[in-house]
Amino acid sequence: MVRENKAWTIFKYATLAVGLFVVFFPVYSVVIGAFKTQIEYYQSGMRLPHNWLDFDNFKRVMQVGKLGLGFRNIGIILVVSVAGNILIGTMTAYALGRFDFKLKKPIMGMYLVAQVIPMITTQVATFSVVKFFGLYNHLAAPIVLYLGADVLQIIIYLQFINSIPKDLDESAMIEGASLFRIYRSVIFPLLAPATATLVIMKTINIYNDFYTAYLYMPAQKLRVVSTAIYSFIGPNAAQLNVISAGILIIFIPTIVIFLFLQRFIFAGVTNGAVK
Amino acid sequence: MSMFNFSYKTQRYLILFGFLTIPVLLSLTFSYYPAISLLYYSFTDWTGLGWEMHWVGFANYKEIFTRPEIFTVFRTNAYYFVGGLVQTAIALYFAVILTGKLRGRNAFRAMLFLPYVLHSVAIVIMFKNVYHSEYGSLNLFLQAIGLPSWQQEWLGNPHLVNFSLAFISLWKYFGLSMVIFIGALQSIPADLYEAAKIDGASGWKAFRYITLPSIRPVIELMMILTLTGALEAFDIPFIMMLGANGTATFVSKTVDMAFRFKQAGLASAMAVVLLLIVLLFIVIQRKLLFREGK
Repeated sequence: MVRENKAWTIFKYATLAVGLFVVFFPVYSVVIGAFKTQIEYYQSGMRLPHNWLDFDNFKRVMQVGKLGLGFRNIGIILVVSVAGNILIGTMTAYALGRFDFKLKKPIMGMYLVAQVIPMITTQVATFSVVKFFGLYNHLAAPIVLYLGADVLQIIIYLQFINSIPKDLDESAMIEGASLFRIYRSVIFPLLAPATATLVIMKTINIYNDFYTAYLYMPAQKLRVVSTAIYSFIGPNAAQLNVISAGILIIFIPTIVIFLFLQRFIFAGVTNGAVK
Repeated sequence: MSMFNFSYKTQRYLILFGFLTIPVLLSLTFSYYPAISLLYYSFTDWTGLGWEMHWVGFANYKEIFTRPEIFTVFRTNAYYFVGGLVQTAIALYFAVILTGKLRGRNAFRAMLFLPYVLHSVAIVIMFKNVYHSEYGSLNLFLQAIGLPSWQQEWLGNPHLVNFSLAFISLWKYFGLSMVIFIGALQSIPADLYEAAKIDGASGWKAFRYITLPSIRPVIELMMILTLTGALEAFDIPFIMMLGANGTATFVSKTVDMAFRFKQAGLASAMAVVLLLIVLLFIVIQRKLLFREGK
């Protein structure tokens, strides 16, 4: 590589330091705020909290903000919709990747065009569809909306399927395996790396989504994490310390996922952009 | 497997039919049907309640372009676009230095990417605390480093609020752009740089004549994503301000029109207009790409 001069090296580290400061400054203020009493919050400014073991704010926000309920509901939605989504995604990719048939191109085109339609704007009309099926104010509403495979998922799976040698299918056929069995015992397991990435990306996206739950499940008992914290802040605007604790709790799941499964997330993000 | 004693030809039909029916139906029901009915609603005076609606021709579209408070909200979207451009530039810079030789570069990458995985509603609320004019950590910090005159009403000042909100978007997404750029940079063959070094080109020159042309498609993609992202900006102003204080974007206005003011017909027309604008930009981008002979 090129020999680099000292000033450039210093400049690089200095800008990185500024970048990290900007990223972590808001997070830092939330962390210290979450362990302060309300009076302490308003008086101590940016100083560290007196008592790092004071979990009152966390208890408060779990109780009053009904975060537990939010986690339970989003958990159910996640498990059902992600599992269904992976099943649908792999099945679609198997059908499109291994067989030639007349409707293949139209179906691919259908997925491509659907991607261009901005989801938020068509909600006015989607709303009436959801109501028509009687799914309004039901956990099933977000589940069916998250269920469908998107074009990106199909493309990632198709790339994988094309890299699986067709010999594998053929030797399974010689042994008398049915096509369904080939999907289940050959293709599906070999898609595992792509599936891992997609599961993680879908989980993060669904966990972060606010609008779907806000629009289709206004009932209190159907709150997910997003809508629970959203309705908590209105009437409790003065309790910045309790709100901070809530933010921290909500941050934790995806931070944990990120720490342990970074590789898959980076793979998913980079894969997405190349298309 | 006795239930599959059918011939492979029959099985093939069963698989194609069984595996594709549900996905196709889902897509038709929740993407295509809404999009088409949206177009229909846009020519009616539908309130969104009940099913009564009357054909009004292009009246809704006329209203969009003549009622100043509707079309001018695109001015708010412009803040998010400018924020997105700044974000792309910063992301490219960090991507370049984190692709080169640098101690701890993987840790830096992970830390700068972190905001992208954080919960989006919680992020907005976090920034609400940061921007709080009296107790917010931003103003406290400015006080602490001896710059009290820089303190601002970050959300209260109508000239500032949209910058404050667009910054949240930049904060959340610049790590994502950075990682995408890193992926693109790593796919540039190293011998290009070797060859350039022999020719005496390095540093800025190598960046200008090798790096930039090589990742041009990715930069173009980022531009189009920035543009469509800015046009569709919604959740930050909606969660933070409910669109108050001049922070309404085109989408938040559309949502209000449909669900708050019960003018679903007009809202549908707004959605169609947005859809057409987004499509227009995508077509332009494709044209640009093809012109390059890609």
